Amino acid sequence: MSEPVKTPDVKAPETKTPEKKRRYAPAEMGGRGHGPGPRGMERARVKDARGVVRRLSGYLTKVRLPLIAAILALIGSTVTSLLTPRVSGSLIDALNAATNLSPALIAAGVFGVYVSNGLFLSARLNREGLKKDAGKLMTEGFVFSLANFAVATAGGGAILYVSTGEANARLMELLLKLGGLYLAGTLLSLFQQLMLVRVAQHTVRVIRTDLFDKLQALPLRYFDSTPHGQLMSRLTNDVDNVSSMLSNSITQILSAVITLVMCLYMMLRLSWQLTLVSCITIPVSLLIARTVTKRTRKLFKEQQACLGELNGIVEETVSGARVVKVFCREENVIHDFDEANEELTKAGVTASILSSAMGPLMNVVHNFAYALMSGIGGFLVVSGSVGSIGMIQSFLQYSRQFANPFNQIANLVTSIQSALAGAERVFEVMDVEPEPADAPNADPLAHPQGHVEFRNVTFGYDPARPILKNVSFEAKPGQTIALVGPTGAGKTTVVNLLMRFYDIDSGDIFIDGINIRDIQRRPLRLSLGMVLQDVYLFAGTIRANIAYGRPDATDEQIHRAAKLANCEEFIERLPQGYDTELAEAGANLSQGQRQLLSIARAILADPSVLILDEATSSVDTRTEMHIQQAMLTLMKGRTSFVIAHRLSTIRGADQILVINGGEIIERGTHEQLLAADGFYANLLKSQYRSGLVEENDEKTE
Amino acid sequence: MKKLFKYLKPYMLPTLLAPLFMLLEVAMDLMQPALMSRVIDVGVANADKAYIVRTCILMFVCALLGVTGGLGNMYFSTRAGYGFARDLRSDLYRRIQSFSFSDIDRFKTGSLVTRTTNDVTQIQNAFTTCIRMLVRAPFLCIGGVVMVLVLNAKLSLVVLAAIPFLTAMIVFLLKRGRPLFTSMQEKLDRVNTVMQENLSGIRVVKAFARADHEKAKFKVANDDLCDSTMRAMMMMSMAFPLINLIMNATMILMYAFGGSMVFHGELTPGEIMAFSNYIMQILMSLTMSSFMLMFLSRAGVSIRRVLEVLNTQSDIVDGSDADAAVTRGEVAFDHVSFAYPGQSGNVLSDITFTARAGETVAILGSTGSGKSTLISLIPRLYDASAGSVKIDGRDVRAYHLNTLRGAIGVALQESVLFTGTIEENLRWGDENASPEEIRHVAAIAQADPFVEKLADGYQTELGQRGVNLSGGQKQRLCIARALAKRPRILILDDSTSAVDLATEAEIQKGLRGAFGDMTVFIIAQRISSVMDADRILVMENGRVIDSGKHEELKKRCEVYREIVVSQLGEEAARA
Repeated sequence: MSEPVKTPDVKAPETKTPEKKRRYAPAEMGGRGHGPGPRGMERARVKDARGVVRRLSGYLTKVRLPLIAAILALIGSTVTSLLTPRVSGSLIDALNAATNLSPALIAAGVFGVYVSNGLFLSARLNREGLKKDAGKLMTEGFVFSLANFAVATAGGGAILYVSTGEANARLMELLLKLGGLYLAGTLLSLFQQLMLVRVAQHTVRVIRTDLFDKLQALPLRYFDSTPHGQLMSRLTNDVDNVSSMLSNSITQILSAVITLVMCLYMMLRLSWQLTLVSCITIPVSLLIARTVTKRTRKLFKEQQACLGELNGIVEETVSGARVVKVFCREENVIHDFDEANEELTKAGVTASILSSAMGPLMNVVHNFAYALMSGIGGFLVVSGSVGSIGMIQSFLQYSRQFANPFNQIANLVTSIQSALAGAERVFEVMDVEPEPADAPNADPLAHPQGHVEFRNVTFGYDPARPILKNVSFEAKPGQTIALVGPTGAGKTTVVNLLMRFYDIDSGDIFIDGINIRDIQRRPLRLSLGMVLQDVYLFAGTIRANIAYGRPDATDEQIHRAAKLANCEEFIERLPQGYDTELAEAGANLSQGQRQLLSIARAILADPSVLILDEATSSVDTRTEMHIQQAMLTLMKGRTSFVIAHRLSTIRGADQILVINGGEIIERGTHEQLLAADGFYANLLKSQYRSGLVEENDEKTE
Repeated sequence: MKKLFKYLKPYMLPTLLAPLFMLLEVAMDLMQPALMSRVIDVGVANADKAYIVRTCILMFVCALLGVTGGLGNMYFSTRAGYGFARDLRSDLYRRIQSFSFSDIDRFKTGSLVTRTTNDVTQIQNAFTTCIRMLVRAPFLCIGGVVMVLVLNAKLSLVVLAAIPFLTAMIVFLLKRGRPLFTSMQEKLDRVNTVMQENLSGIRVVKAFARADHEKAKFKVANDDLCDSTMRAMMMMSMAFPLINLIMNATMILMYAFGGSMVFHGELTPGEIMAFSNYIMQILMSLTMSSFMLMFLSRAGVSIRRVLEVLNTQSDIVDGSDADAAVTRGEVAFDHVSFAYPGQSGNVLSDITFTARAGETVAILGSTGSGKSTLISLIPRLYDASAGSVKIDGRDVRAYHLNTLRGAIGVALQESVLFTGTIEENLRWGDENASPEEIRHVAAIAQADPFVEKLADGYQTELGQRGVNLSGGQKQRLCIARALAKRPRILILDDSTSAVDLATEAEIQKGLRGAFGDMTVFIIAQRISSVMDADRILVMENGRVIDSGKHEELKKRCEVYREIVVSQLGEEAARA
């Protein structure tokens, strides 16, 4: 399959998709049968997975303080929850020996715990509480829990002491210990959870900002070839996956691992024989996990890609709704959507069924082990090689806990894998080659004069098919240069190169004698004012749109610019005048009005070089006449490049460049070119045929 | 809500089967501790090794049954969840396609994108989790409570005492969660919208070197999103430790009571163990259900957002006359006035004219005078606020939309092309057009020469919006696309503004011969484009101030004269 030649080739680490998919297909959907050989790809993928994890951890190190705090708290809470079965085991043994106990009083103590909990809760959950920021919430929760703990233990302890007396000092001690453990566990896990939420959201915030910032640095080529909706999906859906994994899974994975280790230790201390039995489950569980994740990784990536594709379709067809409607293409775009939707469902169902089968599978393994241990434990007690029933009780509780981590991780696999798939897609964008950075000694173009020179410039969006061939010309400061030629000849490309939207393949462009490669991008673009054929306005007020290139402009300046561009009249007719909110892309204005606004925008930006690319093509000629004077004033003292079909605009130019087939075939003033009777003269004749005919008619009359 | 149930119907069987299988798994899970306590109380106490073995085998069997249940549940719940989501998404998109422009403007593109993907995913997740866990959790919980009751009714009171506290807490959390989740999704919309706008305007952003401003704008949206997510998540993360605390307190209580009962011989040590196991189970299931409820509350927000879309009834719907067809192409405006929805002031006022079949009607007028609005009433992109637009003597609102729009070819002012090849784009006009026909219309629109020069010709891939073509090239493709429809009525809304005059003249020549007697509407700025028209409408401030042929207008219409003068000079106007 040959690469589409006209589509700019973007240096993304992506392989192209099979033919059929291409329509809206995200490029990275995994080159089945394309790209390097299968083996090479497999290796790359494995490396990728690790790379993704490493990069994610890179982001986590930026929030390492809360992360470490969370991990410490996590260890603490895990330890407490692991100690409890031991204490409760001893408690049962002690109960066997206990004499008089007043349950009523104990109940009163525990009730105290409930009540204080209720107090805490209602304080935590009132409306004001929710509005507070995270830090405050956390301290508040902490203080409440501490108070809670103090009340509960002290109260419970006192009651126990009174009710049981010294004979049950051991019992009381154990009960207190247990209560203390529970409370400490709660506190720590609360703290830990809040910290992790913070870690997750900070990380996601940074990732999303990085991604957006990165996008701003990407060359136009990238946007030319990537559907916008798909990029949006990476920023929201994919990042969302990462977010939910970070806030839910980190805790669980960490606590699972810690629980595992601690459980093992406690179990070993209780009975190594039984521990051995329960360890059978480890290799089996790992095997299950490996098999499943190996298969689902690709599927999850595909699912995310399909979701991106859907996003792309929705974005493109909703913002192009007019065309869809006038061509009655609703059914067709729905069909496309359904196809992508089906694709998403297919990938999703398989991935999800496979990965969620892990839970029950792990469960059965551990239930087997549990049964086995009950049996063996029973035998051991009966044969007298293990001490007490309490010990068996503790052990079995540990072994249940021992199973939990596996279950937990199994249940998280789906979320982890789709998060990794999402993260990978995010990093893919981050790895796209950005616009080359300004050279360290790049010129800041402090006082632009407006001298522009193209020297032997050759360029093609696809280097193999040059649009401009060996183009040279010079514009002295203050001159007006008109670019004339048939559509597609390369006029707009000249403008694009001047703005350095694309870098040229060979030749040089100089501004004020400096090669534009050696000029900082920002001042370069700011010194060039551009009014494009396809006007783009932003949602926001008219005022903000006019001031887009110069946010610090005063109202007076804005009004003056609007007046010069002849848009004051219609702006003032709007109910809110300059404060009228524009809809998305300025949809509530006519095309001509949008062009006028964009002229005002350029006027206000006050550039030293002015580029007018069919700037008034949708403006009626009478209005154009009105702004003509303003345009002439504007162009005075500035180098101007004008692309237009209207004779009136071209006629006065200092130099007319006639471009055809990517080359400058004629150049000179209007008179010179007419006299030469070449391409330009012919073009004019054919264009103003009717007008000229009328003039002739008049003469004959 | 009822609306959503409709989507569940095809998946009723798996939706019901999933919880049933779950029930099996839960029942088996509940059996395990009971059997275990038998091992200790009966087997160990009587030193009956055979009994221990028997019970263990029973436990194995239970485990096997349990895994069957678990797998079945996963399978059916996944099927149902994905199927449900697919149908919902598809219908959402369908609905969005039927939206009028004011609907789209109201929702905003970014938000519609969020709703079709992100919100549906939320609902799907909640649904799947729901038929997985929400069933499991209450069963585990209720089962646990029942087992506790059976074991020892007196001691189980301890467990029951905790339930009101837990319920109150969960209800509290849910109630407070909802606004947080709502604001979360809204903030997500905002992020999407900022992003979408940035991408569409990326040239302007770069040209004005405003990346920093865009970054700042995005940062605000992103920070907002993160803050509200953080708030919602913190809220959710409170639930787990708190439920734990309450249940653990119950555990202490149980040990205290139970201990004394053991002492009095009312309870065996094995039973106490089983009790503590069941309490653990109840605790787990409650934690789970509170988590699920949070999920549900988040999904509830998404459901509302999705329903908002589904419940939006477009005001532009098919007319009643299914058989009506456009045959001649006569267009008549009868006292038509129009104001954009939600905006005061008429954009068009009292417009009356008739374009006979086969006529070429040109519309001229200053920027913002209502030209584009006028022609957008013909294919019913908007409906007239007053008066009526008639085609072949029948109100446009009487036709089926597809019939009506199928007969009208439009090349809009903005040349919007779609991702895909050039041929695919041209086929928008006619799905079944032969390659020859495609070439033919491209030739009329003067697009064939440049397309031929592309390496892949008609198979050349276009980027989004056709970014890799020049303005004039895009416009010519748009005209070709409109022609491919073989329309009765052709509308060219300033669609040759970026085409050079020679080419435009060629296009006009081609149009005259094409498809016999199309009625053609041309909006243009250039006099040369319109002066051959059968009728020229001159518009000013939403009114047609005069109409007639070039020669007539030149003589009697001041505005028209001005336009002529501005383009052709004094001499031409006097002629």
